Amino acid sequence: MELIWDGLREAARLLAQGDAEVIEITLRTLAVSASATALALVLGVPFGALLALRRFPGRGLLVAAVNTGLGMPPVVVGLLIVLILWRSGPLGQLNLIYTPYAMVAAQFLLALPLVIGFSLTAIQSLPAKLLDQMRALGANRAQMLWLMMRETRLGILAAVMAGFGAAISEVGASMQVGGNLAGDTRVLTTATVLETSRGNFELAIAFSLILVVMAYLVNLVLTTVQQRRPA
Amino acid sequence: MRAARIASIAACLTAALAIVASACADQQTPPAPQDPDTLILATTTSLNDSGLLDEIAPIFEAEQGVDVKIIAVGTGAALLMGERGEADVLLVHAPDAERALLENGDVSDRILIAYNDFAIVGPASDPAGVRGMTDAAAALARISAHNEAATNEADSGASAPFASRGDDSGTHKKERALWQAGGVEPSGEWYLQTGQGMGATLNVADQRAAYTLTDRGTFLALGGRLQLVVLVEGDARLLNYYSVLPISPDKGGINAEAAAAWAAFLARADIQQRIGEYRRAEYGRSLFIPAAGDSEEAIAARGGAPRK
Repeated sequence: MELIWDGLREAARLLAQGDAEVIEITLRTLAVSASATALALVLGVPFGALLALRRFPGRGLLVAAVNTGLGMPPVVVGLLIVLILWRSGPLGQLNLIYTPYAMVAAQFLLALPLVIGFSLTAIQSLPAKLLDQMRALGANRAQMLWLMMRETRLGILAAVMAGFGAAISEVGASMQVGGNLAGDTRVLTTATVLETSRGNFELAIAFSLILVVMAYLVNLVLTTVQQRRPA
Repeated sequence: MRAARIASIAACLTAALAIVASACADQQTPPAPQDPDTLILATTTSLNDSGLLDEIAPIFEAEQGVDVKIIAVGTGAALLMGERGEADVLLVHAPDAERALLENGDVSDRILIAYNDFAIVGPASDPAGVRGMTDAAAALARISAHNEAATNEADSGASAPFASRGDDSGTHKKERALWQAGGVEPSGEWYLQTGQGMGATLNVADQRAAYTLTDRGTFLALGGRLQLVVLVEGDARLLNYYSVLPISPDKGGINAEAAAAWAAFLARADIQQRIGEYRRAEYGRSLFIPAAGDSEEAIAARGGAPRK
């Protein structure tokens, strides 16, 4: 029990004092996971819409692949990216391994199926009549996508939260593709693993606490937007 | 209709396979050109967990203008990264495996940098009674014999588990060599394989009241929090040698210049002194004893005592 209290106290102290390393790691964590989620949204929502609205050969296979991706183990994604980005790998020339970009790529791949899956479900649950009406009123494709996103705001924001949650909480892939480099690719989850193995439990608890509080704050903002009554 | 659909699916699959195959074929092309401003250092978790590299790597970075990327993996994985040319330089502790790499031409050099020792630690109650033994292999054999006897008598209360790294790290290689020297093939419920780093394995051993083989540096760093005590030490086979191995430039894409500079840097007198001083005041002894210019034979002959 004492250790837990010490940890909480240490966490509060680090936050209150604005420890430079802790702030840096926290900001990097946000930047990496937010970039990955944003990329996943840009690609995932249109793809989800496509899967929801169109019928084409192989659609069932794709939807099944997306559903498999919902539970994709981060270490599998991490291993895949390591093999691709290693010097001897097909994209080794890009020198991206052990950089924050590699971490964004890994977290993007983890968040993407969640974003696609959630938007697919949300758009599929729209009344068919609504789409017919849009078409009848002469909406073009971009306008239709925009209107659909507005109508499915609840579902899309749920997709954002699920994607961001998957990205920020994973540790295996970030460790593998980022290397947990101090001042470069160390994020809250990998820092927690490192400090735990170093026996610095106070610091590990502090990082965990920051992670949970930050995830809560981001979700609080998104939930507020989501639950806001339409104007 | 159905046939057309199956055909189109087959076409998609074939295309996907072709892409994967071409990606694999790309691996045969020469490796990426090196990035002269980056040095990838593959090293052991035990060294990284000690925090030593966090202290000395920034000095090198400031002097050379090279970004050192410290990738902490088990020594087995680090050696594999070296063999594949995925790292520029290794800092590891598995002398036999290192010599094999040198003979195969995977590395251009092997320079002894520092040493410390391994110790068998365990619960203070010491159920197998190995305290004070100086033959590490015999101590392991006694732990095994104690557990076999406890199993036969179905008296689980007397079991004395042993926590193994089980991750092909330098420490794990050393542990396996000692079991072999003791004539024991460890197996059974008492032999726990964590598959994790030294810090995590010490935590497991602590919680399960198990014995384990640990490097001195990690044990000192975590020692204050653990109930475990040192039971067996002082065997010459328990000496733990850390060497730096620049990867052979023949691999292609290797930052050989920075790798050689890093090796020379670690062997330099002022850095050697820093290594010896690292956290010495805190623990009353060096976590790593400087060894540049020394040899394993000479260190073993001195019984692990530092040079005069």
